[in-house]
Amino acid sequence: MSFLDIRGVTKSFGDNRVIRGIDLSVEKGELVCLIGASGSGKSTLLRCINLLEPVDDGEIVLDGIDIAEPGLDPRPVRQRVGMVFQSYNLFPHMTAVQNVMLAPRRVKSRTPAQLEEPVRALFRRFGLESHMDKYPDALSGGQQQRVAIIRALAMEPEILLLDEITSALDPELVGEVLDVLRQLRSDGMTMMLATHEMGFAREVADKVCFLNEGQILESGTPGEIFTAPKHERTRSFLARVL
Amino acid sequence: MSLPPQGAAPTRRAIYESRLRRRSNLIAAGSTAVIVAAIILLVPLAPGWEAVKKSFFNGSVFARTFPGLLEAFLLDIAIFAWCAPLIAVLGLAIALCRDVRNPVLFPLRAFGALYTDIFRGLPVILVIYLVGFGIPGLGLPRPWNSPYIWGSLALIVVYAAYVAEVIRSGIDSIHQSQRAAAQSLGLSEADTMRYVILPQALRNVVPANMNLFIALQKDVALLSFIGPVEIFRQAGVYKSLMANFTPYVGAALIFLAVTIPATRYADYLMARQRGQR
Repeated sequence: MSFLDIRGVTKSFGDNRVIRGIDLSVEKGELVCLIGASGSGKSTLLRCINLLEPVDDGEIVLDGIDIAEPGLDPRPVRQRVGMVFQSYNLFPHMTAVQNVMLAPRRVKSRTPAQLEEPVRALFRRFGLESHMDKYPDALSGGQQQRVAIIRALAMEPEILLLDEITSALDPELVGEVLDVLRQLRSDGMTMMLATHEMGFAREVADKVCFLNEGQILESGTPGEIFTAPKHERTRSFLARVL
Repeated sequence: MSLPPQGAAPTRRAIYESRLRRRSNLIAAGSTAVIVAAIILLVPLAPGWEAVKKSFFNGSVFARTFPGLLEAFLLDIAIFAWCAPLIAVLGLAIALCRDVRNPVLFPLRAFGALYTDIFRGLPVILVIYLVGFGIPGLGLPRPWNSPYIWGSLALIVVYAAYVAEVIRSGIDSIHQSQRAAAQSLGLSEADTMRYVILPQALRNVVPANMNLFIALQKDVALLSFIGPVEIFRQAGVYKSLMANFTPYVGAALIFLAVTIPATRYADYLMARQRGQR
């Protein structure tokens, strides 16, 4: 059994069937990239795994527990599943370090004294130690997104969901965020990444899934997907974005 | 706005804009002068002007009553001072009632909606009469029959309804993604509201709430209808004693001395907030 098993998941918004039966498994330490056009269901799938959206049908089994069970308390699940958003979603009224400490303090009842050292270490590791006390609007997009990643990591999640986290960044800032992901990958962090950065997906992904109209049309190693796509749709998508 | 560097010759644009500015200043000054002159010259020509001047703008009556009016105004300030914090607390509570999502707490939500509908739908003076005369009419013992208590309560319940609506609009103005981010970190609904949504929402509605509190400062005068001798009532007393309306003008000036700076400050806050977006 895999660390994360997604079986037959469907999700509609009204008449709009955004996810039409997805099966996918993720092993511990794997980096899975979701690629596909806008509206193909990448973001919705990630939001479903974080239980920000309830799924209509199917199972999402995380470490042996079906978290898609209707009525399940989402909070313990969310402590294990970190999420980073396209538009960072930092809390603008808090400094970077306050953003990072809020959830560990409120959810895990840690004291600021307990958090001081590990949080500082995270900021140092990702080159932001000198920005800890700044408010988000004093940081560049790339810095804000790195703070958002630190904020998710501070909860010590077992899997990190990354929803097009470089799409809102200026091109010259994308690299610094991708560097963070490379470091996390070498740490063995399990990650699912919805992305348009094909070069990055090719370089670091263990598995690439091509989503089309709410289904995984094709999945495999980066080599299989990028050099020998089987489906015509995958080929035409890649031709447009590469 | 970019000024040319010191010592540099003004740009063509700068010359053009300063000419425009000079012209519009000239026009504004000219038209103001014409209107002020018209008022000064024409109003005294009205047949009743002498009588009005004597009964509304009487210098000696003004001088004799103004200190007493100021003293009475202290009561307005005191009523305002104990009502305002209670309004803020009750308004926040009602706003939070209206935002609960848990179906078990639906009655709370319904109560919040009903409350704001009722108290925003009634004239303030009507609530003051009903509460201020009605409740002491139950035969409560002193001091519980005081018009200060029940008059203040009337102001509090009415203004809390408006404050609640303002706060709710502030809560609604916080983008859904902030809630999503907080929840994705495992924060509870209550913590999300308290640490993420409310601090931002309340900051956004400071200017709007300031305007409400300026209105409250004026409406304190309505309590005079059920007893307390605050400035409006005191002006009425002077009017009867001296058969002259000048004390009302004095009271108006005192109100303006408070409300104009406060209004300007609220406008300034609002403009600054717009600038930040």
